[in-house]
Amino acid sequence: MVEENIRSATTTNQPEIKSTTAQETRPAVETPREQEREFRAAPQMNTSPLHGLWALTNRDLKKWYKNPILLFMSLIQPVVWLGLFGKALNFSSFITSSIPPTAPPGTADTILKSFFGTTSYFSFLSCGMMAFVILFTAAFGGMSVVWDRRFGFMNKALSTPVARGSVAMAKVLQSVCRALITASIVLLVAIALGMVTSSFTIQGVLGAYAVMFLIAFGLSSLFVMLAIRSSDWQTQMAIINLLNLPLLFASNALFPVKIMPSWLQTVAKLNPVSYANDAIRQLLLGSPGQFSLGLDFSVLAGFAAVLAGISIYLSWKLLTK
Amino acid sequence: MSSQESVVESRSSPNGAIVKVENLVKEFGTLKAVKGVSFEIQEGEIFGFLGPNGAGKSTTINMLTTLLKSTSGMAEICGYDIHKNPTEVRRSVGVVPQEYTADEDLTGYENILLCADLYGIPRSNSKPHAEELLALVELSDAKNRKVSTYSGGMRRRLELACGLINYPKLLFLDEPTLGLDVQTRTAVWKYIRMLKAEYHMTLFMTTHYLEEADSLCDRIAIIDHGQIVKMGTPDQLKASIGGDVIIVGVKEADPDISSDIAKISLVKDVKKKDSEYRIKAEMGEEASPQIMDLIRSKGLHVTKISLTKPTLDEAYLELTGSSLREEETNKMQMMSQRVTMMRARS
Ligand SMILES: Nc1ncnc2c1ncn2[C@@H]1O[C@H](COP(=O)(O)OP(=O)(O)O)[C@@H](O)[C@H]1O
Ligand SMILES: [Mg+2]
Repeated sequence: MVEENIRSATTTNQPEIKSTTAQETRPAVETPREQEREFRAAPQMNTSPLHGLWALTNRDLKKWYKNPILLFMSLIQPVVWLGLFGKALNFSSFITSSIPPTAPPGTADTILKSFFGTTSYFSFLSCGMMAFVILFTAAFGGMSVVWDRRFGFMNKALSTPVARGSVAMAKVLQSVCRALITASIVLLVAIALGMVTSSFTIQGVLGAYAVMFLIAFGLSSLFVMLAIRSSDWQTQMAIINLLNLPLLFASNALFPVKIMPSWLQTVAKLNPVSYANDAIRQLLLGSPGQFSLGLDFSVLAGFAAVLAGISIYLSWKLLTK
Repeated sequence: MSSQESVVESRSSPNGAIVKVENLVKEFGTLKAVKGVSFEIQEGEIFGFLGPNGAGKSTTINMLTTLLKSTSGMAEICGYDIHKNPTEVRRSVGVVPQEYTADEDLTGYENILLCADLYGIPRSNSKPHAEELLALVELSDAKNRKVSTYSGGMRRRLELACGLINYPKLLFLDEPTLGLDVQTRTAVWKYIRMLKAEYHMTLFMTTHYLEEADSLCDRIAIIDHGQIVKMGTPDQLKASIGGDVIIVGVKEADPDISSDIAKISLVKDVKKKDSEYRIKAEMGEEASPQIMDLIRSKGLHVTKISLTKPTLDEAYLELTGSSLREEETNKMQMMSQRVTMMRARS
């Protein structure tokens, strides 16, 4: 602080700095006469409506990968759940242990298959955990809008010619990238812990990523949209909590819809997270789905498109007060 | 140096108004923050808004830089209408906002490059330009440090550099020295003068420091309660504000000799309240001994004496009839102000 003040207060080194600046600001041109007229000529600026979108997205991603603690923290919860519910308190063992020993061999597998669509509850849960991290990453992606408002960066972005829609979409895209990367790590951890990979196919895995992209895009748009006017992180946290738990528990992420009471089944049917899980399980585990893959994709694509549309519209409406 | 002088010549040819504002109004619900301001800024001048907290300075700047939509009125910036062509307005002006807006987690250099990207400036140009600007605000040594390690003064200078990245002809500076220590303030003043003299920029700044407006601005508009109370050059304003204020304490029981004091040629106005004379005078340093001598010559005692140069308070007392007061600032603003001050101090 002191050093800096002394530096800014001393004027002895000033002429030097001024002259270099003056020279360098001029673009290199042939004649000295032209040099003067070209003084501080601005370059051609990119005026495409999408300019700055990647710069804003990359800014958030850079902050994220430069700080691996954040990634690590977001992995703790799903991995603990995988260990706790998938391994230690394995839900399927409750079912199999209640089967009388006199039952014919294979009864347990048949029952498990009818519940989970697979004989491995752990694999079932692993798919759910991928949706879980996507949901939570998307929710906290909305928080970064609040922080940007709070710390003033939002105003900086808004005072540049970047399109309002790009400001919102950059938040969505960074959240989608983070969600997909985090979900991939969960997938790798699950495989390491014993997720059944015998049904994996190239098309299946690619399809599952397409599904994850769509659900991440829709959910991120939803949370960005809800945060777009807010500069109050407490309200935003309340909104996240209000939405996250129902979106998670009123879905097939942790338990099959079949064992839910009928009203909850109705809610789960309206929950886009259910369609994502349904599709991911069909694509990765070869389970018979609750819905057809076509329906899953249509619902997810519709969800993503509508919410992205609304959040772009709101960013135009609301970012300039 | 000689080449720069010839630039001054070529640039000082007939100037037009680069900012035209007519009857601009902003209402926040029932609160009228800006109640119809009109003014023009000529190319190449430093124009200042001087007013207390909550006067509507930032609101005006935010409308002109299209961060806020005005309720009514019109403004043209660099030839573009703020309502019809906000993107072009943003492209052609630079903004140094009141709050710190840099990204704390990035380095100073990364912050400027990010700004350049947001203006669509190609990296081939923005990289050398960012270096120049960092050198201009004397941050070259710290450019690869995270902004979270910067002092308040360094942050302010970084904001200034970011505001210049798009080669603006017109720069908006909202309270550029708020919360800075004296040395950094002097440095910021130096840059502002340099931008005008060497880069021929037009500057619109706001401040609530009278001395700052006085020493930097070619023209000042005094703004209070969302209205322009007076506009003119610093000299014109000072003339209307009146001279120095001398306060002389005497014994309350002593006879009132106001009329005698008023006869001193430097004294312009005398008021007595309880045991105090409140005297307005030109050249207070010379007037005060004369006043002392006069009071003593009447065989009376001076219990205390103080001399005040015209302050913002005095200006308000003169121009608006009310003293500079703490405006009620809303919660949000208090917070952002506090964050700004906090970071400025760290
Ligand atoms: N977003 C806002 N919502 C409601 N009131 C606001 C908002 N921004 C500013 N104000 C109010 O408008 C008035 C002018 O504020 P401002 O322009 O920030 O003043 P200044 O910059 O001169 O200190 C203040 O009374 C302030 O509380
Ligand atoms: Mg202000």
